[in-house]
Amino acid sequence: MALQSLDIKRRSATTVTPPSAREPSTGGVAKLIDVSKCIGCKACQAACMEWNDLRDEIGGTSGVYDNPADLTAQSWTVMRFTEYENPSGGLEWLIRKDGCMHCEDPACLKACPSPGAIVQYTNGIVDFHEENCIGCGYCISACPFDVPRISKKDNRAYKCTLCSDRVAVGQEPACVKTCPTGAIMFGAKDDMKAQADERIVDLKARGFEHAGLYDPKGVGGTHVMYVLHHADQPSLYHGLPDDPHISPFVSLWKGVTKPLALGAMALAALAGFFHYTRVGPDEVSDDEEAAARDEAQRIRSQHEERP
Amino acid sequence: MKSDQPETIERYTPNERSHHWITAIAFVLLALSGLALFHPSMFWLTALFGGGQWTRILHPFIGLVLFVSFALLAGRFWAHNMIDADDRQWLRRFNDVIAKREDALPAAGRYNAGQKVLFFLMVICVVALLLSGLVIWRRYFGDAFSPGVIRAAAVVHAFFAFTMIVGIIVHVYAAIWVKGSIRAMTRGTVTLGWARKHHAKWFRQSVK
Repeated sequence: MALQSLDIKRRSATTVTPPSAREPSTGGVAKLIDVSKCIGCKACQAACMEWNDLRDEIGGTSGVYDNPADLTAQSWTVMRFTEYENPSGGLEWLIRKDGCMHCEDPACLKACPSPGAIVQYTNGIVDFHEENCIGCGYCISACPFDVPRISKKDNRAYKCTLCSDRVAVGQEPACVKTCPTGAIMFGAKDDMKAQADERIVDLKARGFEHAGLYDPKGVGGTHVMYVLHHADQPSLYHGLPDDPHISPFVSLWKGVTKPLALGAMALAALAGFFHYTRVGPDEVSDDEEAAARDEAQRIRSQHEERP
Repeated sequence: MKSDQPETIERYTPNERSHHWITAIAFVLLALSGLALFHPSMFWLTALFGGGQWTRILHPFIGLVLFVSFALLAGRFWAHNMIDADDRQWLRRFNDVIAKREDALPAAGRYNAGQKVLFFLMVICVVALLLSGLVIWRRYFGDAFSPGVIRAAAVVHAFFAFTMIVGIIVHVYAAIWVKGSIRAMTRGTVTLGWARKHHAKWFRQSVK
């Protein structure tokens, strides 16, 4: 990953504003995945492996089409297959390409304690810089989509980069380039929304009255969007969250808590300093020592009288 | 003994002192490594532990050392920390404590009420930190808990760590403020005058 320091909008565990003079005039980019056009061929998975030089361990079959069974540090995208029986009794095979959604307001980046381990580029891509990753896994617990995975080999977190290296030089992501049905598209986010609108009109005309775009507002919108035939029930698609958002626990923990708690600790130490300089040390005077010595002698003599 | 040196009595045995300092060193390491991951402005503290990855690796193991050491230490001193009627009176007169008006306070046993309250606060903190810490120990327990539980545990861990750090700041300050206290933990003895002034009931039991 190139160090595109002028094109970084957000940086993990960083309290100052990154260099922000440059803004892409076209706005952010987006990948549009038209679920209704996907045939489940997994060419995108193969292209992702190939471009990113990833080779997952060969696993077994679990009786379903999902292969590999889950996202891993070596599998940054996985086709999720769902058999859905619709109310009129028909069977629908819902296939969703799972992977990082590249949230506009990324929970992983908010939760990350390591400066610069997670960045968001001005084009909206959320990228992990693994050389800065400490392997704590806070990103995993924070992610509303359960996407990042830690490698057992190097204890660093990995996920889809939206092919930030390809996008940086004007190419589309590898999965987009390889998709044989054109179900995956890539471009400026506004253009992708316009593209989705046309497709949604088309789907509605074909009887999918709830067809719509998945660009969830709870995370500020995403830079990976889905066209869904059942946009009213995203969870049909292998548990795609209906209303993803940054958990209030993460906001609390990484929001006001940090500066307030740090300030309170500093205040406690300062309070001690000022107490000492106002009240003075609590010392034992010579008189008090003498009184104690006398009392000790009294006690001892009583002990001798009544052993 | 030279006549100008006040007579002393033993407050902590060598074993008790070593035990206390093992716990204290573990706490300092935990506070430094924990703060490093708590706020970005403290991240530089990871350098003390060999970088971010090493800080993340070491923190939970030092935590186990602290838990075991603290649990045994708390066991040693548990019986001395029972709160009685005098202690409740002491706590009601906390303004006099702050203003150094010790004459107005009821006599304290081996520990005063402030120390006893802090003792039990630390017991609660250490137990809560262990439990929440295990939940967020990704390397070994990451697969055992749902993201929701882990998120909550991280907040719980931060809260009790904060409480414990403030508690220890009070503990350390009290030792600095009340002159003659630190030698109890570094040399094991206190002067008779110190014992009578700050822990009169303990003084009367201890003089033999």
